[in-house]
Amino acid sequence: MVSHDSHAHAAPQGFIRKYIFSLDHKVIGLQYFFLALVAVFAGIFLSLLMRIHLVWPTASLPFFGEIKPETYLSLLTMHGTIMVFFVLTTAPQGGFGNYFLPIQLGAPDMAFPVLNMLSFWTTFLGFLVLVAAFFVTGGAPLHGWTGYAPLSALPSAGPGEGLGADLWIISIAIFCIGALMGALNFITTTLDMRAKGMTLMRMPLTCWAWFVTAILGLLAFGVLLSAGILLLMDRNLGTSFFVPLVTVNGVLTGHKGGSPLLWQHLFWFFGHPEVYIAILPAMGLCSQLLSVFSRKPIFGYRAMVYAILAIGFLGFMVWGHHMFMSGMSPYTAFAFSIMTMGIGVPSAIKTFNWLGTLWGGKIRFSSPMLFAIGFVSLFVVGGISGPFLAQPVLDIYLHETYFVIAHFHLIMGVASIFGIFAATYYWFPKMFGRMMNEPLAKTHFWLTFVGAYAIFMPMHYYGMAGGLRRYSQGTEVGWIHKLAPIQQFITFAAFITIASQFIFVFNLFWSMKKGEKAADNPWEATTLEWTTATPPPHDNFGGITPVVHNGPYEYSVPGAPRDFVMQTDAPVAARH
Amino acid sequence: MGLALLLVIWLITLIGSYFIIAKTWWLPVGASAAAAGIDHHFTTTFILMGAVFIAAQLALGWFSWKYRDRGAGSGPAQYSHGSTKLEMVWTILTMILFIGLNLASESIWATERFETAKPGAVQVEVTGMQFAWYFRYPGPDGKFGATKPELEDASLGGAGALGLDPTDPAAKDDVITGTMVVPVNREIEVILRSHDVIHSFFVPAMRFKQDAVPGLAIHMHFTPIETGEFEIACAELCGLGHYKMHGIVKVVSDEEFSQWLAAREAEKQ
Repeated sequence: MVSHDSHAHAAPQGFIRKYIFSLDHKVIGLQYFFLALVAVFAGIFLSLLMRIHLVWPTASLPFFGEIKPETYLSLLTMHGTIMVFFVLTTAPQGGFGNYFLPIQLGAPDMAFPVLNMLSFWTTFLGFLVLVAAFFVTGGAPLHGWTGYAPLSALPSAGPGEGLGADLWIISIAIFCIGALMGALNFITTTLDMRAKGMTLMRMPLTCWAWFVTAILGLLAFGVLLSAGILLLMDRNLGTSFFVPLVTVNGVLTGHKGGSPLLWQHLFWFFGHPEVYIAILPAMGLCSQLLSVFSRKPIFGYRAMVYAILAIGFLGFMVWGHHMFMSGMSPYTAFAFSIMTMGIGVPSAIKTFNWLGTLWGGKIRFSSPMLFAIGFVSLFVVGGISGPFLAQPVLDIYLHETYFVIAHFHLIMGVASIFGIFAATYYWFPKMFGRMMNEPLAKTHFWLTFVGAYAIFMPMHYYGMAGGLRRYSQGTEVGWIHKLAPIQQFITFAAFITIASQFIFVFNLFWSMKKGEKAADNPWEATTLEWTTATPPPHDNFGGITPVVHNGPYEYSVPGAPRDFVMQTDAPVAARH
Repeated sequence: MGLALLLVIWLITLIGSYFIIAKTWWLPVGASAAAAGIDHHFTTTFILMGAVFIAAQLALGWFSWKYRDRGAGSGPAQYSHGSTKLEMVWTILTMILFIGLNLASESIWATERFETAKPGAVQVEVTGMQFAWYFRYPGPDGKFGATKPELEDASLGGAGALGLDPTDPAAKDDVITGTMVVPVNREIEVILRSHDVIHSFFVPAMRFKQDAVPGLAIHMHFTPIETGEFEIACAELCGLGHYKMHGIVKVVSDEEFSQWLAAREAEKQ
């Protein structure tokens, strides 16, 4: 019997309801995905301009002409904001999470389809507002993606700090509202919409990751939204939440009594969990892929779940490690430092378990698996620099150097993006009914993997030698000027790596039209999305309500007819 | 493909580690009392984290090759859901490693930041503003004169830039300079201020960095142990001139410092 609960809705008619203002989580997932695709190329373009400027400061560049110091700062501000919000938060959670969470749970849709539609369009609006900052008088803000007050609070503090900065804050506030709606939907769907037999401990690790990410989002984006509103009031209504008595060029600003550190506390209370919002979905997915393509159960499923929960929990107690040099009490630095080192433990557990999953496997090197293995490698190298920065004694030297840039780009940027690539190659057949071209995918992997290391490894050395971030030129400081060859190498590496991303884009669109037709379960995987048609019908399972009997990672079960047992297959009797 | 992964991952690990071990690009030679301890802890952290990094990458490359699918003739993958004992072992080991490493460095942090400068330290007030550093010495009276924001005028430089109140008797003998001059082997108490936005006072050779926050007077200390000129750079984004907010700490002998200070006092008369 077909069960229609209150969440199911009829398949929409007409182009607009079907593809634009769609209530279908799959369409919304794709909308998020394509928004992130546009955003990531915008973000890459900005970084390319920055890289060129650092090496050839007088070069004339498209749209911006010869880049002035303040333009360089605008580029880095917008690069960071676009990448963190509209790529790393948007694609893994909004995109793939939206598309696959309900299907992997065995649900016909998200819990609140209308809210889901609204959350996408809110996010989209946020993106438009952000991009608009480039086109107003004064241009985009120069205060960095962290927007430290008073620089971000005073229109007189620099070019771009006028209307551009207001738009930047409004964009982030809009994004927060969209993210909050999304988070509510993810949490409710996970708790209420699971198919019969889909106990929490039978959920794929992807679902655990999306679920915990949504909880982080719910707690973090609310705080950022409030902070943004306060900052907007400081700028426009004469309040002084973040601004003490200051002068700019000897002119009193009229503010007094505010605390610049308050902004940093509020920002990083969001900002640190944000790192995990970006990386957790990639961790969940790569756990999944290592199991699928090693043809082995995930090593330590329970430990993986606990590690995700521990990371989510501890993620809210470490924000002060961004503020060791801020003037915050040195005693609190001690506490934040211990908690931060502590969060390395669940991260290490996950790495051990990934290696344990490969151990004794029968590895198939399809493109999603290559990106998953690449993810582990990048996660390790990006993670290992964490314990340096987590210790205040070493942070005295390393804070604000390129060592930090290397650290967070590898772990939060590149590793997460490897998760996004892996997800794209893995789920493309389900989403579009065709396979992506495998030789192109492998070429893309090798160039990107080596390229990412070539860009970001040298940044550690640059930082070790004292090279500072957010410097439009290194010529003014003797010890930084000497490091110019490293910057040249990085820029050349970036050219090649960026160019190779066009292989991915070509493959993506070419395969949509010309790719080999995909079977329903091309990777011989076990989770629910592979039990249904390709692409899935409007209600995901074509009127059938799936019933789950098995855990998500039953590969190479002794005595089973195939080397994988679907979650809906008859129960695997022997478990150890 | 497994072999290619092994080779590429191992090669990257080798090259990446080489530049660290060879110290091709490294911290400048330390010139403060704290530098030796900090650098020692740097090295300890590098050795431990480097070992973890190399071990994990080698294992990843090796497993990728060793456990590749060798075709239909080979046996199935191992059916195992993991091992609670192993999970416990590596959880406890990493906990000891990370927390232990952290605790090992806390005494240096305490010396640098929990303790205040000792009596008799040389006081220097460091003020950041877009985009310059000013240094003020209290003069023979040992007191800094009052400053008033409404008197600030950066175009005047020196006392005018700081907004020094000429009616305050304590202000009369204050010395204000654009270069920081300090005596060697004496503790320097730095009082950090900012007029406008957040700046950060970074002297790599001294292993010294601290934000200058408007509205706060942050007291810090360091002891230079080498004479010479050491560069200062701003390490917190402060606006379009951030990259050129640069300065010099000149460390001289105690006698030279006294002579220099006396000469500055004489200039004021």
